[in-house]
Amino acid sequence: MKEMKIAKNEVASFLDTLIREYKVFAPVKRDSSVVFQEIHSGSEALLDYTNSKKPPKELFSPQTERLFSYDLSQEGLGIEEPPLAEKQRIIFGIRPCDARGLVLLDNVFSGGVYKDVYYIDKRKKTLVIALGCNRPSSTCFCTSLGGGPFSQEGSDLLLIDIGQEYVVQVITDKGEELIKKRNEFKEAEEQSLSSMRKVTDTAEASIKSKVEVGKVKEKLDGMFDDPFWDLVHEKCLGCAVCTYLCPTCHCFDIVDEVIDQRGERIRTWDSCAFPIFTLEASGVNPRPSAKERVRQRIMHKFKYFVDNYGVAACVGCGRCIKECPVNLDIRAVLDSILNR
Amino acid sequence: MNEGELMPDTSTMIRDTAKKLLDEKKVNLIIGFEKGTLPLRSTPCFIRSSEEAEKLIWNASCENNLARYLRKRQEKIGIVAKGCDVRSIVGLIKERQLAREQVFIIGIPCNGMIDRKKIDAKLDGREILEAEERDETLILKGHNFTETINKEEFLHNSCQTCKYRNPVIYDVLIGDKVAENEGIDEYEEVRQFEAQSADERWQSFTDEVSKCIRCYACRNACPLCCCQECFVDNSQPQWIGKTTNLSDTLIFHIVRALHTAGRCVDCGACDRACPMGVDIRKLTKKIQMDIKQLFHYEAGISVDDVPPLATFNPDDPQEFIK
Repeated sequence: MKEMKIAKNEVASFLDTLIREYKVFAPVKRDSSVVFQEIHSGSEALLDYTNSKKPPKELFSPQTERLFSYDLSQEGLGIEEPPLAEKQRIIFGIRPCDARGLVLLDNVFSGGVYKDVYYIDKRKKTLVIALGCNRPSSTCFCTSLGGGPFSQEGSDLLLIDIGQEYVVQVITDKGEELIKKRNEFKEAEEQSLSSMRKVTDTAEASIKSKVEVGKVKEKLDGMFDDPFWDLVHEKCLGCAVCTYLCPTCHCFDIVDEVIDQRGERIRTWDSCAFPIFTLEASGVNPRPSAKERVRQRIMHKFKYFVDNYGVAACVGCGRCIKECPVNLDIRAVLDSILNR
Repeated sequence: MNEGELMPDTSTMIRDTAKKLLDEKKVNLIIGFEKGTLPLRSTPCFIRSSEEAEKLIWNASCENNLARYLRKRQEKIGIVAKGCDVRSIVGLIKERQLAREQVFIIGIPCNGMIDRKKIDAKLDGREILEAEERDETLILKGHNFTETINKEEFLHNSCQTCKYRNPVIYDVLIGDKVAENEGIDEYEEVRQFEAQSADERWQSFTDEVSKCIRCYACRNACPLCCCQECFVDNSQPQWIGKTTNLSDTLIFHIVRALHTAGRCVDCGACDRACPMGVDIRKLTKKIQMDIKQLFHYEAGISVDDVPPLATFNPDDPQEFIK
């Protein structure tokens, strides 16, 4: 399908029509930060923002998710599974880095080995409409990770802001299906396309933050016992800001919450930064200090994930850089690794 | 002047002191600040040689409480410490988490640290690409804008009400003492909160806590959160659920705050570390006020006094016993 376009002032009404059929999530402002939330009116969607505080991964892998409930009554064990998503969903306004993050998560939750029904159900029922980044932030380094401010990977449609209108890149059949009968969308003529190229070239050129991530894996292959790890963790607080705000970190814990005979099995986000993440029942902890835990985070993202899936588990969104309470900048860590 | 180096004198004096301490082998390690990777962001650093000491800086973005890094170390440590860091060190010494002899305090009189969240709110989405610090102002530059702001207005809340800008103990003091905040009611916000109805307080408290993502940055940034095993991590018995349901996050914040009663020095480290903007001081400041009113006690002022909750006195208030 050719590139389409939609006038900016028609986006809200387009979203309104979607809301009738779909559960629509979009960036909205809550307090001082931007979050992805279900919207009930197209005008709620925030179109001009840098990125959300939390990545939209939680729409697929929620921080707290009930897997099933059980009830041990006198008649026996009753198990109740949570209902699957009843409605088709749309995420509108996701950034291309986060859309790419979903593709990376697919490796884990719907890859060859494990099929996570909860995740897969939400993924299958969700259409992704991304919004390109005209003004990437100084902490964005998506282009170092194989993405870009207008990367199409993981999106069904990609909107590119060219002033009064958006050029709409139609990436999948699902995306095409969604807009083909809607008259807000018109074919983009050469003038719009040339504006688009100007916008994308400028934005791509504005990303100054670069890391040679391709070479990091090679270095890490021989670095497990390197003294580098003895010092790089020193200022790390061991909190989960970087992992919880990461669009690709996906580790979780499973706990039972029980009251008398009734209980729920719950999955919650967990973090390799926490000591109890690897604390074994015997009391042994194979990652006893921050050194091993920081090494794990770097190794998992830039070596193990590459070993397993052929791609690094980072999209260069920069959230961990912006939000780290002690400014432990992952770009600086990667640069130091390259200089070893 | 290099970006991020507003008070070159202080930075130079810190470097010289650090070099001397390391060269004379009075300490094996200096914990201080170096230039960070973002504007308005200094970052903790660990210095072991006088060459490395060149990295040390001081400015209004040295916001982390470095006392947090002192525990469980073997070496003799020199620490660059502002007023609140020193009060935390006093707490650690008092609680036998640190020996006074193990630490050489390079005390820094502090004019308060910049709150980037307040600046971000003012800039409303515009990104700071460059910042220059002057005595009383900050010059912020980004895409097509330059703004000059008054530092005083953008300090962290805990700095705006701080009454101990000058270190209460030190081995060397860098520069001259600064004027303390006079005539400020540090508990004004607590009183306003208390004046609300129970429903309003509940609403505003749950609004705050519902932002929490249980990342524990607050706990981990806190120099006094040093339980061998935090109650949230204990699994036998499991005291608290792992979810972000309101009941679990509430318990986490209330219990953590109560654990700091009579110990919290209001350094604001928890607040600064929180990525979600939870107003953690809402609880800790209230508890601090109660301790002051009930026991006339302020934490982190003297190494020798006995914390009120670690002792008893026949005159202790007991109106709560019915």
